Amino acid sequence: MSKPASYWRLRPFVYRLEGSRCVKCGHFHPLVRKVCRRCGSKNLERDRLPATGILRHFTVVSQAQQGMEKNTPFIVAWVEMDDGSKVVAQMTDCEPEDLKPAMKVETVVRKIKVDGESRLIFYGIKFRPSA
Amino acid sequence: MPRISDAAILGYGCYVPRYRIKGYEMAKLWGKSTSELPVKEKAVAGFDEDTVTMSIEAARHAINRAGVDPSKISAVHVGTESKPYAVKPSGTIVAEVLGLSRKTTSADFEFACKAGTEAVQMVTALVEAGRIEYGLAIGADTAQGRPGDALEFTAASGAAAFVIGKNSRDCIAKFEYATSYVSDTPDFWRRSYERYPMHGSRFTGEPAYFHHTISAVSTIMGENGFSVNDIDYFVFHQPNVKFPLAVAKVLSIPLEKVKPAIVADQIGNTYAACSMIGLVKVLDRAEPGQRILFTSYGSGAGSDSFLLVTCEGLERRRNLAPTFDEMVSRRKEIDYSTYLKFREKIRV
Ligand SMILES: [Zn+2]
Repeated sequence: MSKPASYWRLRPFVYRLEGSRCVKCGHFHPLVRKVCRRCGSKNLERDRLPATGILRHFTVVSQAQQGMEKNTPFIVAWVEMDDGSKVVAQMTDCEPEDLKPAMKVETVVRKIKVDGESRLIFYGIKFRPSA
Repeated sequence: MPRISDAAILGYGCYVPRYRIKGYEMAKLWGKSTSELPVKEKAVAGFDEDTVTMSIEAARHAINRAGVDPSKISAVHVGTESKPYAVKPSGTIVAEVLGLSRKTTSADFEFACKAGTEAVQMVTALVEAGRIEYGLAIGADTAQGRPGDALEFTAASGAAAFVIGKNSRDCIAKFEYATSYVSDTPDFWRRSYERYPMHGSRFTGEPAYFHHTISAVSTIMGENGFSVNDIDYFVFHQPNVKFPLAVAKVLSIPLEKVKPAIVADQIGNTYAACSMIGLVKVLDRAEPGQRILFTSYGSGAGSDSFLLVTCEGLERRRNLAPTFDEMVSRRKEIDYSTYLKFREKIRV
């Protein structure tokens, strides 16, 4: 996602967790989709994921991809949102030793990375332990 | 007559990042005296935070207190001297993340530490003129001090935001009056392409901070025929803890009317956010029907001064978002090397 155009298209999901929810089976898809990936229904409507969830798994990354080298070490978390959807994103405002499985987390928008060449800043959702 | 007849704070919020560096830690490193530090410690933004992300957090709290549908907010003005981009507005990112109206007027304001109250001037005027229903006025900074400079002890990170709309019984505080006082005073500046600001050292006190703050306060009190007895709380800009207390002494203001707004001892000088966070802390404590005199100071130089009266909605809305004390209680102390990494002071 290092080109301005692709980042720009992702804004509804990476800024506000907006996407499409299947009216028939309830499955949530990031961004706009016309057909449900789970049940094939074409009846989808715009929805937003809840801002809170439960931490299921996490890992500490010390070898980062390009553009994120200065952020190491960082924590990547697999979170089950309050509606059951799964979201993978970085954790912030915490240390690995603060984290326990099943703890409550909330979303926050932070700097994800800075593009090396263009210096464009990519903002997006991260998780932090709930207050 | 800069009377404000129909604009009020409907929601307020502040954001203080969780990291703190102690004044002692910096004084020790640079071989400076640790006995008379200007503030105990200062708040430092994490490596993934900037003026935009802190503005978003403060604005979210303000919107929660206001209970306003974000899509009805149609002005976002961010006052800051630490814009992440030299060219590209911060306000549009804030608006997009919060889901505000696309039919929004937005600009970043610059006036050193007074940039945030410039946003308040603008949004109150837009509301009064009937151009918008609701607007957001934000002050935010990740203030930078050159390593080893006197400013490094105080230059801190934080944000405050106000949702402003028309007066109602259920609002938080009504604006009564506003005034500004400026002059061309070279007490603190930063040229384009320079990373750190320059300052006039001792010149920052008497002809700069004190002259403008006291002139603005005297003007607004004089034009309204008010004495110190008519005001319940005084909020000042806080480049350190000493300056606002010295203003109180000059104007014979009892300390108990000034201290509730003091935040610099706990978080440092958050520049454009500083006096606005002071007002947040007062709103966390005030009762309905109290009068607040709220005065910023920005180098270059000038002060904006506002009179506000708190309203019925304050007590109910206060609990709808974290208070200043709750924000400050999330606290993790860092050492100098972590501070350098977070604030990108290491250049290779
Ligand atoms: Zn489906």
